[in-house]
Amino acid sequence: MKENIVLEMKNIHKGFPGVKALQGVEFTLREGEIHALMGENGAGKSTLIKVLTGVYEKDEGDIFLKGYDKAVSIRSPQDAQRVGISTVYQEITLCPNLSVAENMYIGRTAGMGQNWKKINADADKLLRSLDIPASATQQLASCSIAVQQMVAIARAVDMDCKVLILDEPTSSLDEQEVEKLFGLMRNLKEKGVGIIFVTHFLDQVYEVCDRITVLRDGKLVGAYDIKDLPRVQLVAKMLGKELDDMSDIKSEGAVYSGEDAGTAVLEAEGLVSDAGIKPFDFYINKGEVNGFTGLLGSGRSECVRAIFGADRVVGGKVKMHGKDVKISKPIQAMKHGIAYLPEDRKLDGIVGDLSVRDNIILALQTLKGFFRPISKAQAYKYADEYIKLLDVKTASADTPIKSLSGGNQQKVILARWLLTHPDYLILDEPTRGIDVGTKVDIQKLVLKLAGEGMSITFISSETDEMLRTCSRLVVMRDRKVVGELSGEQLTQNMIMNTIAGGNRDNAEN
Amino acid sequence: MQKIEKKKASPMEVMKKILGRQIFIPIAALLLLVLFNLIVDPSFFAVVMKTNSAGNPVLTGNLITILDNGSELAILAIGMTLVTAAAGGQDISVGAGIAISGSVMLRVLCGTNPKPEAIQAPIIVAFLVGCLAAMLCGAFNGALVAYFKIQPMVATLILYTAGRSIAAWVNHNQLPIVPPGSFSYFGGVIPGIPIPTPFFIAIGCMILIALVLKFTTLGLYTQSVGINESSSRLNGLNPILIKFLAFVILGICVAVAGLIKVSRFSTINYSVIAKDIEMDAILAVALGGNALSGGKFNIAASILGAYVIQFLTTTLYKFNVRSDALPAYKAVVVIVLVVASAPRVREYLNGLKKKMIQNPSRKEVG
Repeated sequence: MKENIVLEMKNIHKGFPGVKALQGVEFTLREGEIHALMGENGAGKSTLIKVLTGVYEKDEGDIFLKGYDKAVSIRSPQDAQRVGISTVYQEITLCPNLSVAENMYIGRTAGMGQNWKKINADADKLLRSLDIPASATQQLASCSIAVQQMVAIARAVDMDCKVLILDEPTSSLDEQEVEKLFGLMRNLKEKGVGIIFVTHFLDQVYEVCDRITVLRDGKLVGAYDIKDLPRVQLVAKMLGKELDDMSDIKSEGAVYSGEDAGTAVLEAEGLVSDAGIKPFDFYINKGEVNGFTGLLGSGRSECVRAIFGADRVVGGKVKMHGKDVKISKPIQAMKHGIAYLPEDRKLDGIVGDLSVRDNIILALQTLKGFFRPISKAQAYKYADEYIKLLDVKTASADTPIKSLSGGNQQKVILARWLLTHPDYLILDEPTRGIDVGTKVDIQKLVLKLAGEGMSITFISSETDEMLRTCSRLVVMRDRKVVGELSGEQLTQNMIMNTIAGGNRDNAEN
Repeated sequence: MQKIEKKKASPMEVMKKILGRQIFIPIAALLLLVLFNLIVDPSFFAVVMKTNSAGNPVLTGNLITILDNGSELAILAIGMTLVTAAAGGQDISVGAGIAISGSVMLRVLCGTNPKPEAIQAPIIVAFLVGCLAAMLCGAFNGALVAYFKIQPMVATLILYTAGRSIAAWVNHNQLPIVPPGSFSYFGGVIPGIPIPTPFFIAIGCMILIALVLKFTTLGLYTQSVGINESSSRLNGLNPILIKFLAFVILGICVAVAGLIKVSRFSTINYSVIAKDIEMDAILAVALGGNALSGGKFNIAASILGAYVIQFLTTTLYKFNVRSDALPAYKAVVVIVLVVASAPRVREYLNGLKKKMIQNPSRKEVG
């Protein structure tokens, strides 16, 4: 082991039923460095952290720590703490109704008798040395979230930690609080602590980190010094596209050529919901396919959810076919001819125990209303028609939808919305987690429907799918619309450049 | 309401149709009880025509008792099934609700004088006012559960605790007695008809809910909300409204059951009327094979479950089990039900079934 290396993870494998979450991942942390662990959701960041902190047991591989000759075995979070690995999670895991000092020493003092005077004095000393603006006897809840976060870090540091893991610590902090936290991180860095920093915010990575390790699909992409890896490169590595071999694929479908082509179906101005996105403008024309792109968590879904009224809309104006409309709940959007296939199929899409038939007619039924039930015969007719049209593989229309495969479930949800004959169809990640054949089917269907005059918003994590189907892309970063690309600009390079952004000015928190 | 037709079909046909279906559970329980009584004492099933105290011919026998006394429970089972399906929890205030609505009905019928010469208002008015009271109780519970997202058992604990006091307060803690007349028909018999009226009222409620389920989308909406609330909302449903509606419908069921209960005695005992009926109603839903965590439901199975519980009660009375020992026997039923529906047992049974299917084929190969 090299002199200044504090942690080394070698050839880590971890599998869950049906998924290989980590495949041969390597990770090295040096003394006194802040190391960013980057990757999209599902890339294996949290699994790696959980292996390191003993929440999961690794299937294969070794973990070496400074001061230990052999590989250490970490089987529980207690083990991890014992060898000097501490974690501060996104949500504060302290007790808000106890004092700061109590929170710092809870569970660490032996015996029944406590010398609170000494504990409070120790706590104050530590807080001062770390420049944390809190006093030992103060109730934790009276501190700001950032200070609470810092107390959690102080607790971790005081447990003689060599490796400090910060898992999305900044997601609930404002800009000034983030600055304070960064100050503390730099302070610890000088004291020789190795810090692993997990975050979605690219700006923060470039502000505070020394090195970056990128994961993708459970595999190591590489570890880089921050100065050797410009933003665009980083995004490219996270998405898995090398800049050179990105081909320029154009939309190939039949373009809608009706008289009303080019007129706006939906226009939104300053739309904002309570899901934490910045106000955005948006429009879509008749027969157009457009999309939202950006890294996962950049606010793509939140934008379309705001359009559909799925989240609480708190501001902005929406026009359908040039007329002002008010959409604050899904049923209103549906009545205006909007359909929305949600991102999380299991949580928001299927109604698991109900049959394929009931799942298909559900949206049409709510549109028809409480007193006009669709007859059983009619429901079977609809179900059979769409099962055939979309080639859904199911034993019968009476099969519970939960027993179908992911791709077929998705087709049933698609059938549900096509049955309502919408003017504007929103597809949020319709191709996620389904087999390649079905993916192609869905993309073809999107182009065909648009050719027939339907307006479609298509969101996918796979940029080439978006390039193949969309004629215009809205680019998002950090929950904000940062650009729009169309025509000649629709290339992988352009998209990545826009996602990555250039300078700190146009990116917030 | 398919179950009523099925009960009349030939036993073999019924068995073939229902084996492996949800309604199989209450039918199996019913057959078990029937078999037990047939073996121990076949005279249990005797039904004879007698003349009652008023000089009217009536059918008497254990079966008639079951159909008569099981009515309130069957009616409550309808509403309880809907609440269970939509809210994924149960209403434990239905007994108290019966006390409230029954008390309100008596108050309207008797006016301020607890022992009037003649009724002070038409029965239909009294029923409607009582119904309104029960629906208000349902709305109160529904609002707590649907809008404030309080667990159903906790939310309905309020009326469970306070309901009987409210019922007593409505009549200033007096015990009004309805003068003899047509009001007693609802819990007794109509002269000339030898079958107790509560049975017809229960049938009426069953037909009504069958029509509602056929001509509205209540069934689909309730199940959808119970299974996946988030998904239902994104399909344009209003989960809050649907849960609320389920509690109000249960309120109507409570009022009908309350009418039968107070009519049986023409008076009310606030602390005893419909005591513990909520537990029997919940047991009926469970016995009907409905998941108490909500989702898919089968009202016919719940109703059958209600009659099975009454069958059990009557059987126990027949064998001179004291009424205060009844809960112990019901507890045995609950234990069997709960254990039988536990995932671990289900897995074991499924495994057993697979082995039974595989074994013969192995023999052929060998």
